Amino acid sequence: MRKSSLLVVAVAVTGALTLSACGSRGGNSGSGSGSDKASGGTKVVIGVDAPISGSLSALGLGIRNSVELATKQANEKNYVPGVTFSIEAKDDQANPTTGKQNATALVDTKGVVGVVGPLNSSVSQTMQKVFDDAKLAQVSPANTSPELSLGPKWGENQFARQYKSYFRTATTDVVQGKFAAQYLYNDAKKTKVYVIDDKKTYGAGLAAIFQAEFKRLGGTVVGADHINPGDKDFSAVATKVASSGADSVYYGGEYPDAGPLSDQIKKGGAKVPLFGGDGIYDPEFIKLANGNGEGDLATSVGVPVEELDTAKEFVANYAKAGYKDPYAAYGGYSYDAAWSVIEAVKAAVEHNGGKVPDDLRTKVLDELGKVKFTGVTGPVSFDEYGDTTNKQLTVYSVQGGAWKKVKSGTYTG
Amino acid sequence: MHELPQNLANGLMLGLMYGLIAIGYTMVYGIVQLINFAHGEIFMIGGFGALTAYAALPHGTSLWLALPVMILGGVLASVLTAAAAERFAYRPLRTAPRLAPLITAIGLSIALQQVVWAFYPGAKKALSFPQFEGDPIGLGSFHLQRNDLFLLVAAPLCMLVLAAFVRLTRTGRAMQATAQDPDTAKLMGIDTDRIIVVAFALGAAFAAVAAVAHGLRYGQVDFTMGFLAGLKAFTAAVLGGIGNIYGAMLGGLVLGVAESLATAYIQDVPGMHQLGGGAWANVWAFVLLIVVLLVRPQGLLGERVADRV
Repeated sequence: MRKSSLLVVAVAVTGALTLSACGSRGGNSGSGSGSDKASGGTKVVIGVDAPISGSLSALGLGIRNSVELATKQANEKNYVPGVTFSIEAKDDQANPTTGKQNATALVDTKGVVGVVGPLNSSVSQTMQKVFDDAKLAQVSPANTSPELSLGPKWGENQFARQYKSYFRTATTDVVQGKFAAQYLYNDAKKTKVYVIDDKKTYGAGLAAIFQAEFKRLGGTVVGADHINPGDKDFSAVATKVASSGADSVYYGGEYPDAGPLSDQIKKGGAKVPLFGGDGIYDPEFIKLANGNGEGDLATSVGVPVEELDTAKEFVANYAKAGYKDPYAAYGGYSYDAAWSVIEAVKAAVEHNGGKVPDDLRTKVLDELGKVKFTGVTGPVSFDEYGDTTNKQLTVYSVQGGAWKKVKSGTYTG
Repeated sequence: MHELPQNLANGLMLGLMYGLIAIGYTMVYGIVQLINFAHGEIFMIGGFGALTAYAALPHGTSLWLALPVMILGGVLASVLTAAAAERFAYRPLRTAPRLAPLITAIGLSIALQQVVWAFYPGAKKALSFPQFEGDPIGLGSFHLQRNDLFLLVAAPLCMLVLAAFVRLTRTGRAMQATAQDPDTAKLMGIDTDRIIVVAFALGAAFAAVAAVAHGLRYGQVDFTMGFLAGLKAFTAAVLGGIGNIYGAMLGGLVLGVAESLATAYIQDVPGMHQLGGGAWANVWAFVLLIVVLLVRPQGLLGERVADRV
């Protein structure tokens, strides 16, 4: 009895898996009115790695769908004659180890010429070398850690490209920290800042970049301190902020500590705004600040996609494609990342006399650094480190218990 | 140094909280010689119990009215958890070697954390705790939180109640007797099993009061909050002399003030700039513990129940 019911379950699961696999394949060939035109063409695969399940799946599904949409559009337009695009999506569950396994699997998959992903910088760290060894191009739509492209000494302004195969369409924390300093000094007219960080790679790095730029502009750093992520009592730090006469606080870290920190700073008598990076740009921050987060500020990479003229077509097409999940924060960047691979394929084919070269993977890598086009998020191209040259950022502020856009801008240096 | 009063006040608040939790460690140790490492989680569960009681009240109930109900809810949750832990995790091991219940306590601590994480709605991230509204009571640069007034009143009150209980009631005297010599106490007709449960329950009740104070002070409770608070409270109990209930409160106060002053001033000491600031608070707390143990191993007030040889 027990054995037979187990058998039934196993059969059902296998069946479901097969069906869902068929479903996704059906979806791809459904887009194939374009691929029929290019019948007999070469099949080119764009790999995707993102957290498709787990707590970050909303972002991950947005990435996968946007890449799929890009390949559909390319096929419909017959953008690269003789080539049909499809995707191969892997789920990393925001886990670095799984990410590395996925990278290995994508390298071994025939036809994969480039990979879009992953979401998390920590996942990218384990994948980069695998891709680089295989000369397979990787374009992340969401990583912000500078180390991934600039090397471990980026904090000391010594830049060294880590892996030639790594590119990204999201801008880095170097740009984010400087942009924040410029906003605080030039626009918000704050001159005395107290800098706090959580000692982690992201937070300490961001705070250091901010601090240097704020001083360069002419502002004063009236004090600096560190906290332990996970601590509950920040009253001593709050007292220091209050007695330092600071008119603002910059915090490098993430929202679980930033919310309580902002709360305790205000309760400690310093009625000054707390400013942070994309790590605090989350509704949870506002909740944890217990109503004391009003007026606090955060930068986040990019511009809300809905506001860009270049994105209207993408937004409409995404809606038409009928995806169940929204394109989320990184959809536009993922779409552009996929298109940069498509453009690289096109260039590789053109430079080979219109025929698909045998070593397409290496050729795509060579061409990717040179692509230049107008994407959903604005002009897309990469600098000598593989970072995007599009340095758009947005400052948000907590108003009426929600994050509201204050200013979007392009970082110019 | 003009913010010294503020830093002392910060330390006092921290210290009162550590002290309230430390009483649970000290009483259980005094009677069964067990370091109940799950006590931090009993504190945490008190916070969730209070939050549950608040959620059960009609929406918009004034916090003044809600507070007694919240304390009751927290105490109930903590005491039931502690009593269950005693009955099912520690009592079966009472005659086992000392290491066995210690390991059980650590296991229980992790289990309780995970149970709250998995089953309490929304507990996968921090939950907001109700707050008293209004500006802090200020005197120049000195600020006192309205939410902290609760702790200022509750902690001394708890100590008084405990002292009176231990000295004046039959159960309290029976506790002292059990702490001195459980076997003889049993021969004198004292139900030692009941006394041990009472010790666990009393410690849990104080931890729940501390949890309500913690929730009011920091505006949130989360399933990890028991770990560090428990460790600090254990340190406070050892500092004061484990087994001594007055020592627990004194140890808590010393630890809280030391931690606050170290965070504020050590980085101003020449040559110590790298070793100060908020990130070093825990380091200095445990350095203090080591120093006290080296100089005075029995703790500040000594262990009153140690005269059993």
